[in-house]
Amino acid sequence: MGRLRTITRRTFLIGSVAIVGGVAFGTYMAKRPIKNPLLADLEEDEAAITPYIKIDASGITLITPRADKGQGAYNMQARLIAEELDIDPVTANITPGLPGPAYYNGTVLEESIPFPAYDHSAMAENIRKFMHVPAKLFAMQITGGSSTVPDGFVKLRMAGAIARETLKKAAAQRSGVARDLLKTEDGSVVLPDGSRLAYTELAAAAAKIEPVTDVQLRPSSEWKHLGKPTERIDMPAKCTGTEKYGIDLRIDGMAHAAVRANPGVGAGVESFDANEAESMRGVQQVLAIKNGVAVIADNTWRAWRAADAIDIKWAVGPYPASTAEIFNEIENVVDVEAHRDHRQRDEGDVDEALEDGEIFEATYKVPYLAHAPMEPMNAIVLVTDDKCEIWTGTQIPLFVRDHAVKMTGLDAENVFVYVQPMGGSFGHKLENTHVLQAIEIAMAVKGTAVKLVWSREEDMTHDYLRPGAVAKGRGKVADGKVETFDLSVGQSALLPDWFGRLMGTGIPGPDATITTGSWDQPFDIPNYRVTGYRAPVMVPISSWRSVGASGNGFFHDSLLDELILKAGADPLAERIRLCLDDTSIKVLEKVGEISGWDGSSMGENRGRGVAFCMSFGVPTAIVSEVTRTEAGIRIDKVYVAVDVGEVLDPVNLEAQVFGGVIFGMAHAMNCETTFENHAAQQNNYHAFEGMRLYQVPEIEVVALSNAKKIRGIGEPGVPPAAPSLGNAIYAATGQRIRELPFNKQIDFV
Amino acid sequence: MEITVNDESYTVDVEPEMPLLWVLRDELGITGPKYGCGIAQCGACTVHVNGYAVRSCQLAIGDLGDSKVSTIEGLGSPESLHIIQKTWIEHQVAQCGYCQSGQMMQAASLLSTNPDPSDDQIDAAMSGNLCRCGTYPRIRSAIKAAAKKIQGS
Ligand code: FES
Ligand code: FES
Repeated sequence: MGRLRTITRRTFLIGSVAIVGGVAFGTYMAKRPIKNPLLADLEEDEAAITPYIKIDASGITLITPRADKGQGAYNMQARLIAEELDIDPVTANITPGLPGPAYYNGTVLEESIPFPAYDHSAMAENIRKFMHVPAKLFAMQITGGSSTVPDGFVKLRMAGAIARETLKKAAAQRSGVARDLLKTEDGSVVLPDGSRLAYTELAAAAAKIEPVTDVQLRPSSEWKHLGKPTERIDMPAKCTGTEKYGIDLRIDGMAHAAVRANPGVGAGVESFDANEAESMRGVQQVLAIKNGVAVIADNTWRAWRAADAIDIKWAVGPYPASTAEIFNEIENVVDVEAHRDHRQRDEGDVDEALEDGEIFEATYKVPYLAHAPMEPMNAIVLVTDDKCEIWTGTQIPLFVRDHAVKMTGLDAENVFVYVQPMGGSFGHKLENTHVLQAIEIAMAVKGTAVKLVWSREEDMTHDYLRPGAVAKGRGKVADGKVETFDLSVGQSALLPDWFGRLMGTGIPGPDATITTGSWDQPFDIPNYRVTGYRAPVMVPISSWRSVGASGNGFFHDSLLDELILKAGADPLAERIRLCLDDTSIKVLEKVGEISGWDGSSMGENRGRGVAFCMSFGVPTAIVSEVTRTEAGIRIDKVYVAVDVGEVLDPVNLEAQVFGGVIFGMAHAMNCETTFENHAAQQNNYHAFEGMRLYQVPEIEVVALSNAKKIRGIGEPGVPPAAPSLGNAIYAATGQRIRELPFNKQIDFV
Repeated sequence: MEITVNDESYTVDVEPEMPLLWVLRDELGITGPKYGCGIAQCGACTVHVNGYAVRSCQLAIGDLGDSKVSTIEGLGSPESLHIIQKTWIEHQVAQCGYCQSGQMMQAASLLSTNPDPSDDQIDAAMSGNLCRCGTYPRIRSAIKAAAKKIQGS
């Protein structure tokens, strides 16, 4: 026991060092160590010196609890551990392990505080650290918010260092050589005479000794796996078709299920007739489930076909029937005091400034959007009398487990969630309706594993969408400068609702996502105000790659661009002049340099637009160049500058920026989810196309390292992509498009 | 029904209208070809039929006749990589990787008929394959690099 307590306290001291002195949540609960879950079923000769590393005679297993949706999270977590452990991560077994409170994400709530990310004052930093407390208490094992690297950067290397030094201690005891004379290399302790003791041989001994916890992390100059181009560990499997995603798994004797749930998401079924479906080949059973009907068959295609043959009468959807009505509700809250949710930025005197003179006014709009990752939602569930096993790709494994506990009545230790690699997510897998459906179906056929796969149509019409939003902008310019900037954003509150689904109870207070990406920008404008107005939750909404900043990046930067042009200033120079954060200024200067910026005009029918957004702490600037052709707008070239602090993997960083920028532009070009008769209208890729290869421009990415803190890069490329394109289209055509997607008003090549 | 996949023959007992994709995935356990849309919009299910790229979600098994099917598993394996797979790894193309079986099968089919494709020909051949992760820039550079290798060899 002594050993266990020491390890866990040490391990979690790292993640929560500043919790000491925390107030609201009670220091006892916050400081209480969390059990190392690997110790629960350890064999005699196995060692689990930290929750992230398990060693036995046959090999080394690294636990990578942040889910991999394609962003390279497994690779990065494994390399962080390996850097200090001194192993070749390619030779290790890498697994997310079983979910557990030990794997809470301390960082994910850090930027949900009322301080902008560029504020490094003691107060802001302390409150950020304090946000680790609720993350720990609610056992938030969540992948999201571009937080895998910031959360794991110290924690995982520390885990590697503790394990390494403890293995050295075991080697010292065995060899009689003092620990500080020993070295480690490639999975072995190396004695002064050059002989080696493999970690796998030392595991049994290491498990019995007190771990060494006073370890130093190596400086970046000594890194072998980080800070340089490496090959992602999952690359060979993904480039040979051998990676197994959740949808590819098979369990012996498994049945295949399909569901058809009410397209008015959340409403139930009035009646259904399954006569035809029941007689179709391969169909084993048709059953009513919550808000829908399920078919169990012997093959996915047969299950889907039978589901299509069921005649279902749906209850009326629980929200306004059409997009027009939904947006009416949103427009109705903007600038209405009773619906004000928060005002986190209010500098100078906006009201006075807007009393007279020439006021600029404009309204902007972004649509609801599906996530539509290439792999549709799926889960395999096996329920027996004494346990429940779940195989699925998810960003919220502990919540999945807790929901299964509630549904099955089993104890938490008898519910197992095996997290699978994901064919994309973009936030889709922060929800788990499909798992709950699969559990419900599996409970009806206990003892048989059931694999539920949503059809693309089911997936896109039952998504928790990126919320649509409306923003009203006002402003004034004087002497060639932007003097007043006032933005009012209306949107349904996203986080309280999501939290409610996870925890069973919503959270009170404002919803920062309504203005994230606009209130928190590093600019100094004499009169500067951003206000969030809260519309009721109507259609289902959730987090979508870059969350609040996905819409706010467009609102804030489009309004800023319009005001700058009105002032007659240069779009890049004026952004730099207004910027108050050195790191961001350098990013803006860099994008100007690599794009050869010399103003937004580039000759007839050509133009460039610059946009900036700081999201998840990463200042990101984009310059897009476009040409108006006979066939429509062609995007010629895109330049991106970012600053994530230390760059751990330049190759993957570039890939994530490519992906983020393309994701942001693709949706801005031609995607929206609209509603008619309560149902989402875009049910497959023909109506939600995004970008295809021929439309993709050359993209040049530069990452700077001036920022104080290390950051994640999965999301920050998204928010400035749409406004840089919109600003470029204006430069080339004189047409200002204030509503996404752009293709409602202009064609693309 | 008899079908040949990756040079092996299989007997399957299914409805003739079942799409090849689901015969491969659910009946034969060959899961390299992926389901993405089911309506010929994404290309994730791309396989070769007699050497040509085909959307397996659109081909009813009953229409296959004695044509030979090959999937990404038949293109090459981690132990013996096809030139496309090798180049894909070198260029670190994949993110989630879910679309990549289809991308590589499409690219292999392009290069087998046109070993030196122009940019426009690459665009035309590859634009039916969606990638939601946005790996397009690397797909493009990997195809060009593979073409160079083929010409050099
Ligand atoms: S699944 Fe066949 S093209 Fe999409
Ligand atoms: S790599 Fe994820 S969809 Fe292409």
